[in-house]
Amino acid sequence: MSLATREALVSFRRAPLLSALSITTIAFSLFAFGLFGLVVLNIRQALETVSERVEIRAFAYDGTDSRSVAAAVAEISAYPEVLRADVILPQEALERARREMGEFKDVFESAFLPTAIEVRLKPGYRDPDAVQRVAGKMGAFAFVEDVRYGEDWINQLHRIRNIAGATGMVLGLAFAIVAVIIIGATIRMAMMARAREIEIMRLVGATDGFIRRPFLIEGAIKGTVGGALALGLTWFATSVIERYLSFDTVFFDTRLAVAGVIAGAVIGLAGSMVSVSRQLRQA
Amino acid sequence: MIRFTNASLEYARGTVALHDVNLFIARREFVFLTGPSGAGKSTLLKCIYMDERPDSGEVKVGATSSLTATRTDVAKLRRKTGIVFQDFRLLEDRTVEQNVAFALEVIGAPRNTIAGKVSRVLTQVGLASKTTALPRELSGGEQQRVAIARALVNDPFVLIADEPTGNLDDRATRGIFQLLRDISASGTAVVMATHNLDLVRRSDYRTIELTHGEIVFDSASIAAPTGVALLDDDAGMTEAVL
Ligand SMILES: Nc1ncnc2c1ncn2[C@@H]1O[C@H](COP(=O)(O)OP(=O)(O)OP(=O)(O)O)[C@@H](O)[C@H]1O
Ligand SMILES: [Mg+2]
Repeated sequence: MSLATREALVSFRRAPLLSALSITTIAFSLFAFGLFGLVVLNIRQALETVSERVEIRAFAYDGTDSRSVAAAVAEISAYPEVLRADVILPQEALERARREMGEFKDVFESAFLPTAIEVRLKPGYRDPDAVQRVAGKMGAFAFVEDVRYGEDWINQLHRIRNIAGATGMVLGLAFAIVAVIIIGATIRMAMMARAREIEIMRLVGATDGFIRRPFLIEGAIKGTVGGALALGLTWFATSVIERYLSFDTVFFDTRLAVAGVIAGAVIGLAGSMVSVSRQLRQA
Repeated sequence: MIRFTNASLEYARGTVALHDVNLFIARREFVFLTGPSGAGKSTLLKCIYMDERPDSGEVKVGATSSLTATRTDVAKLRRKTGIVFQDFRLLEDRTVEQNVAFALEVIGAPRNTIAGKVSRVLTQVGLASKTTALPRELSGGEQQRVAIARALVNDPFVLIADEPTGNLDDRATRGIFQLLRDISASGTAVVMATHNLDLVRRSDYRTIELTHGEIVFDSASIAAPTGVALLDDDAGMTEAVL
């Protein structure tokens, strides 16, 4: 083990409480990032699957001539956003309604359902903007009485996703700042405890880089441990959610997980870098 | 080798610590630095190892100039300048040999060369039998020998000593002084600040006296007519010089 690494490990023994505190705050920072990141990830996933069912329906006035409907379907199919467009005749609509809502069978006795055009969007276009755009164009056909789409809940999901993302950002950043401050304080104390050694190091010609190294290693180790802890915490949190809310969730893939741990190391490194540089300049 | 050119230094609170110092110290020279407390001796020494830099003028040590040296240059310079103090500045939780080895470890010396160098230099200062002792188990004179060993272990071209015998009794003082003479004789320059005029008198080394940050006497310029006028404030020193 190198001298620098040994020195770095000594400081954990010298200030175990502060070390634990720095690791914990880094872990919380990344835990906040991670948790809200997962919310975003899962909502995106949900939007993906739910929006496979996203459809826009245009209802025709009674007695609309089936040829103009067919022409419209052909035109709509050609929109870049559109995966497929189908005509739903009143009879089919009725049957489907009965199938889907068995209890209300009787309500659907009469053929009051109008002819409809049902449109599904391509995967890249299943967002509120595209839906609205296509719905608008469909509404422009003269025979269309009404256009319906899952406007509300799509918007809702997107809004939740954005809020979750922003909350994660803010909380994560706040914790990251606290982590940097606490690590800075820890390093400052470690440097004070070793003031004599540092003084002698400088006297005999150790470079700033050499003096800095153990403290940077210390910060990086704490950050890495904090990152790993955060990963464990997020994983634990999602499995609890899965168990008790019986809710299928997606977890980070390996690349994101590794990036999280590296982010921890970076926070730790940043905290010690700031503090060490300031201390060395003062000395 | 060491050259001060019109070097002046004023501390933050307006204390003039050095005023227009011009000085040349040659390779292998032994120089005493004397003067009353607060005269600027420690400050002058700090300028040599560039812990301080003059506000105006220049200090040049080897190829390193106070005007241009980076922090890394200063670190490199200190590997070639040994430094010892009145208070030894040893690491209390390390043995004698660990204290000396520390100076090599922290400059990244190859690990397999460290033990050999340490034992050689500890023999040189007469501590071969105390290598595993802790500082608190040593006498003051012995602790100063450890500090000197640490200063020498990198083969410096100059040994800077700031009142190295300030905390020692007469016997230990004589021992340390003899060691510094031996070091000087083997080719390392020694610049030693001291209040001990006995030492200064009993040897015929060059003596520089500072007062209020100014060089008021330099025995090396004794031949110059201006130097003579400065000799009257310390009869003892005049004696030694003549
Ligand atoms: N870091 C500092 N900040 C402010 N003033 C200082 C500092 N170091 C020294 N001084 C002042 O500069 C002047 C010269 O100090 P210096 O330590 O060089 O004197 P000295 O000759 O070594 O004294 P002594 O014989 O007591 O060790 C003194 O007046 C001292 O008070
Ligand atoms: Mg002094």
